[in-house]
Amino acid sequence: MKSHVKRQARGSRALFFSATVVGGVLTLSIFAFMVILGLPLFSTHSLTLLLTQKWAPDQGLYGIFSFICGTCAVVSLSLLVAFPLSLGNAILIHLIAPRRLARFLHQVVKMMTGIPTVIYGFVGIFFLVPLVREWFSRGSGMSILSAALLLALLISPTMILVFLESFAAIPVSHIRALEALGGTRRQKLVHVILPGARTGIMTGLLLASGRALGDTMIALMVAGNATAQPESLLDSVRTLTAHIALVMAADFDSIEFKTIFACGIILYLWTAILTLSLRHLHFNSTKPSHDQSF
Amino acid sequence: MFWTILKKEIATLKCSVLLVLLIFFTLFNSPVWAEPMADFIGQAGVLRISGGTAHIPVMKEVAKLIMQANPDIQISIAGGGSGAGIKQVGEGLVDIGNSGRRPTDNEIKKYGLGLNRWAFDGVGVIVNRDNRVQALTRAQLQDIFSGRLTNWQDVGGLDKEIAVFTRDEGSGTRKVFWKKALAKKVITNKALVVVSNGAMKAGVSHNPYAIGYVSVGYLDKSVAAVALDGVKPSLETVQKGEYTVVRGLYSNTKGTAAKGDREGLTKSFIDFLFSPTGREIISRKGLIPASR
Repeated sequence: MKSHVKRQARGSRALFFSATVVGGVLTLSIFAFMVILGLPLFSTHSLTLLLTQKWAPDQGLYGIFSFICGTCAVVSLSLLVAFPLSLGNAILIHLIAPRRLARFLHQVVKMMTGIPTVIYGFVGIFFLVPLVREWFSRGSGMSILSAALLLALLISPTMILVFLESFAAIPVSHIRALEALGGTRRQKLVHVILPGARTGIMTGLLLASGRALGDTMIALMVAGNATAQPESLLDSVRTLTAHIALVMAADFDSIEFKTIFACGIILYLWTAILTLSLRHLHFNSTKPSHDQSF
Repeated sequence: MFWTILKKEIATLKCSVLLVLLIFFTLFNSPVWAEPMADFIGQAGVLRISGGTAHIPVMKEVAKLIMQANPDIQISIAGGGSGAGIKQVGEGLVDIGNSGRRPTDNEIKKYGLGLNRWAFDGVGVIVNRDNRVQALTRAQLQDIFSGRLTNWQDVGGLDKEIAVFTRDEGSGTRKVFWKKALAKKVITNKALVVVSNGAMKAGVSHNPYAIGYVSVGYLDKSVAAVALDGVKPSLETVQKGEYTVVRGLYSNTKGTAAKGDREGLTKSFIDFLFSPTGREIISRKGLIPASR
């Protein structure tokens, strides 16, 4: 009987171990694949030039600097818009709204996570882009601003759900203690919930920025994909992901096509850094919070 | 009727074109064609087509007729642009890869492509319907696309910034337009880039200050065609040879027709494009049928 259980445990361990190995090897080999396929490009065009030059294939310049800037601009603006919105929303659901409304809002947020980004893109083209164009009466409306606003809508649910989870994980004893001291709702928020959920809030931010970074469809459809260096929020930009989608159809042997690998490597490293900082965050925060618990 | 569900080949990221197509596909239902489709009798299977978006209206119509006549045949049509079409047929991902330009010698050799040019097509400049500028000289056009002229006022329009639309690197429409209308002059890097003829038309029809270019087959009332040096792009002017920004539309297959390694459905489909019914459909869709 016992040996049977043991054998089962060993079997499942082997299964999970091999799954982990396969997953890990796949991830690493994708990186290796990009580097190897990108090699012909890097041997003729130095990486530093690729990262700093402008994109002008007719002049023999294949720099992706403006795409990196575009990606940064779109991602950071979307976070800037989505973060306060999401935090406010999470606080509303967790603390302020009456129970039924809170439950309803929570369901709506959960549902929003499932909307395909191409739908946001469609709505963007027909509603948001004309609005932005008429409001600012400058540019074409296909801009950093339009893409960032839609992306904010895309990443908010992720953030709200992570925030809510971290709010819910705050030990009841902390809240009871504050209530016993006669603390107000505001004091509860400022002194217990927000500090207690700090790690969760950071996690939400990092996860959401990863999602914004990786999304292709929204930027492809509403950011306009111009290759020029953006100078204002109303300028059109091309993100790294959109560039990959656009150049995909070019001739395999062309240098244009090979810049895909440079973009891929940058996106890969960028995501890796995000993931590692998430790990770091959790590693550092789990211990102290246990020690502090009453 | 028998509406078989098309197998979606998500071979490219640009599959939104396909989705829109599928919807349109199921909405329109024309009366059954009387034309005998002897070639397709007894055949069954799946025919996968992708690539150039200028080809799509004709492909759609032909596929509909064939599938109505023979429900055992499934034909899937995806966009993706000329570059994608050539690449995908070359790698065997699809049976027919459409391109709005002649594949380069390098591509023909590398993939062993067989070319079938079944139509001629003009590439016309378009602006929004509300734009009062509906004629340009080639010089003005080149200045607008190079970014030297940035305001509609400079060419007799409103005091508004011009939004230049162009196509992605793999586009055959772009290549022909750049070569024959822009005389290989630079296209501004501020130009907005869209991924299909349909997206170009949608973009320009929703932006009152836009200028772009599409296959003449895509011209309709939602956008205004711009006369170039006094000649409006249309089926007639292309046919008469007055409008000169013209290219061939190709359906490429793996292996050449001469060697006879094209078989079955692929061959029947291509033959149909050159048949009287095929030619009739081609001209109805605003293109000029070509002979083999």
